[in-house]
Amino acid sequence: MSALVKLVDVSKLYAGATALHSTNLSIERGKTTVLIGPSGCGKSTLLRLIIRLIEPDSGSIEFNGEPITSDTISALRRRIGYVIQEGGLFPHLTAHSNVLLMARHIGKSEDEMQSRLVDLCQLTRFPENLLSRYPLELSGGQRQRVGLMRALMLLPELLLLDEPLDALDPLVRASLQKDLKEIFARLQQTVVFVTHDLAEAAYFGDEIVLMNNGRIVQKGSVTDLREKPAEPFVSEFINAQRGVMLA
Amino acid sequence: MKLFRLSRSCGLQSAAGLRRPASRRSLVAAFLFIPVACASAKPITIGSKKFTESYILGEIARHALNDAGIATEHRQGMGGTIILWQALQGGQIDAYPEYTGTIEQEILKNGQQLSFQDIREALGKFGVGMTGSLGFNNTYALVMRRSEAQRLGLRTISDLRKHPELRIGLTHEFLDRQDGWRPLRERYGLPQQNVIGIDHALGYAALANGSIDVKDAYSTDAKIEQNDLVVLEDDLQFFSKYEAVFLFRSSLSPDAINVLHGLEGTLDEKRMIHLNMEAERTKNYTSAASLYFQENGRSAGFAGESFPHKLARWTLRHLELAGFSLLLSVIIGIPLGIVASRGGLIGQAILGFASIVQTIPSLALLALLVPLPFFGISVRTAIAALFLYGLLPIVRNTASGLQDIPRSLRESAVALGLSPFTRLWEIYLPMASRSILSGIKTSAVINVGTATLAALIGAGGLGEPILSGLNLNDHATILEGAIPAALLALLVQWFFDVLDRVLIPKGLRL
Repeated sequence: MSALVKLVDVSKLYAGATALHSTNLSIERGKTTVLIGPSGCGKSTLLRLIIRLIEPDSGSIEFNGEPITSDTISALRRRIGYVIQEGGLFPHLTAHSNVLLMARHIGKSEDEMQSRLVDLCQLTRFPENLLSRYPLELSGGQRQRVGLMRALMLLPELLLLDEPLDALDPLVRASLQKDLKEIFARLQQTVVFVTHDLAEAAYFGDEIVLMNNGRIVQKGSVTDLREKPAEPFVSEFINAQRGVMLA
Repeated sequence: MKLFRLSRSCGLQSAAGLRRPASRRSLVAAFLFIPVACASAKPITIGSKKFTESYILGEIARHALNDAGIATEHRQGMGGTIILWQALQGGQIDAYPEYTGTIEQEILKNGQQLSFQDIREALGKFGVGMTGSLGFNNTYALVMRRSEAQRLGLRTISDLRKHPELRIGLTHEFLDRQDGWRPLRERYGLPQQNVIGIDHALGYAALANGSIDVKDAYSTDAKIEQNDLVVLEDDLQFFSKYEAVFLFRSSLSPDAINVLHGLEGTLDEKRMIHLNMEAERTKNYTSAASLYFQENGRSAGFAGESFPHKLARWTLRHLELAGFSLLLSVIIGIPLGIVASRGGLIGQAILGFASIVQTIPSLALLALLVPLPFFGISVRTAIAALFLYGLLPIVRNTASGLQDIPRSLRESAVALGLSPFTRLWEIYLPMASRSILSGIKTSAVINVGTATLAALIGAGGLGEPILSGLNLNDHATILEGAIPAALLALLVQWFFDVLDRVLIPKGLRL
């Protein structure tokens, strides 16, 4: 298994402060890599660097062996799906239009889009009759499913999720976690999943990447983190969320 | 010398006062029978009309009476002819400066020219006396640039017949006066078709920059000398004589009357021009500015035009002015707002410029544009000024509407891979549409209101009756413009509310 995305010595400064220290990371194909850590640890920064919402100050990021630059990113973005809290849906467009926005933009045929849309509704368990609704007319969980459909519309090789389930209530969150995991497995999707919830990380993560203060502290399974902590912070972080683990 | 106009407009057009003849007559009758026993005990009160020359004459009388040991006070700028005339009869004032032409036409309402003796006799019936001429005749005149008159060899008004191409700009009330443009044109057989109504002061600017060739003036107008203009000789003696005199209550003490008579023949035209110039040079500009508003223009309605027709003409022109300028503001304001939304130095500069324009008083903006070569006295100028006014709300609302889009949604649009243009056109602008439309709505309402000022430079619109009514102190005429303007503003508001429903995407209105 070769890496789909490779970060080499990537760093990022924000307003003079270091958001991400020089970092190396490989994202393996077909696996779910979970970035976890406390707020401001650099996990979202790392994700945003991959889709180049921000430019790295040093180092390089490769996608499929090709370096990601400002010139190549436009084409690459179509091969990457990106999902944020609440789905990041555009409020002036219906669910239907939100999902098809990019496909229409690049001139996909109506038939192709329609059949893909039906597939996606089944995959994400989104009722087709709600497609004509606007984001404000949907529940939080429904919005998130639409956001996921939009991200998956063009069959992306890589799916990036930035704390996608954070705004949802626990029951909806649990059912979406289950659905997401099934979807990832069925699509053999390469996923980078950002969360600060250890239970969620353990549930999804083939590999968990724990970050703190702009650095990767430890990589491995949740068992690795618990039993072979690389530094005291790892135990501290895990212990702080033990209650969740027991639940 | 725009202050002069007021004398004519307040005095000779006179609407408010003359519409109540019955009450006036009874008032007059009442006062005629009141013995004025205490006349010599209290100080004499001199009144004056609301313009420079009248102030000066009133002041001269006060001075002269005081010098003669008669206690006198001067109530300056009380109003127009009718107000002064009623105050004189009511005893609130004892004397005031007047012009013979005005007495004939507005007080005695006599169509023809009367001799001094005839006038004295007629006034005597009201218990009012009159001095002889103070020495000058402040009548209407047509003036031109000296260079132009010499080039064309023009000396008299009759000479104008040979040059139908000349453009004529006239004060609004000269256009309407019974002894104004229409009969003048008939008497002389003038062929000029290009005649516009324009404010007196702006008319001088228009004359100077060549927007017009001929305008009306008063023969003691200081501007004639200042601007190197020539007066075209009234070779057919069309204009009435406007000899300056004092009117006084016949019950005034003989001593005081003697002092007023003593002023006869002491002021020739040249001296009066000089005094007017001095007064203008040293005047208080704040009060001059407020006067300016009261005495500004009235565009000539066409003779015999019906009210619905006039209303339609005003309203159409009003919509034309407001609509066209709004369109320009939208076309230019939205792109500027988009640039401004990106912040930085350019963004700040754009918002700064739009804000500064907004702080310039609309009247000043018009006055600033008029002397520019491309603009002058034209609809163009009005539209340009309205366009500049409409800019700020649109620029600011476009910028803030775009800036208010949450970063997460902007990033979602970027991450999807949409091109910058598509992001703007399909995502950002629709999301900002509510804010942008509300900016346009604000501009539209401002423009509908401000467009009333276009009448000042002869651009027409509903400002015509409003300004004319202000000029005449005639509320009915003001309402002829003000009510349609208010309805128009409501209509614009309503129109944009409907437009909101059409243009703001449904998803944003939930």
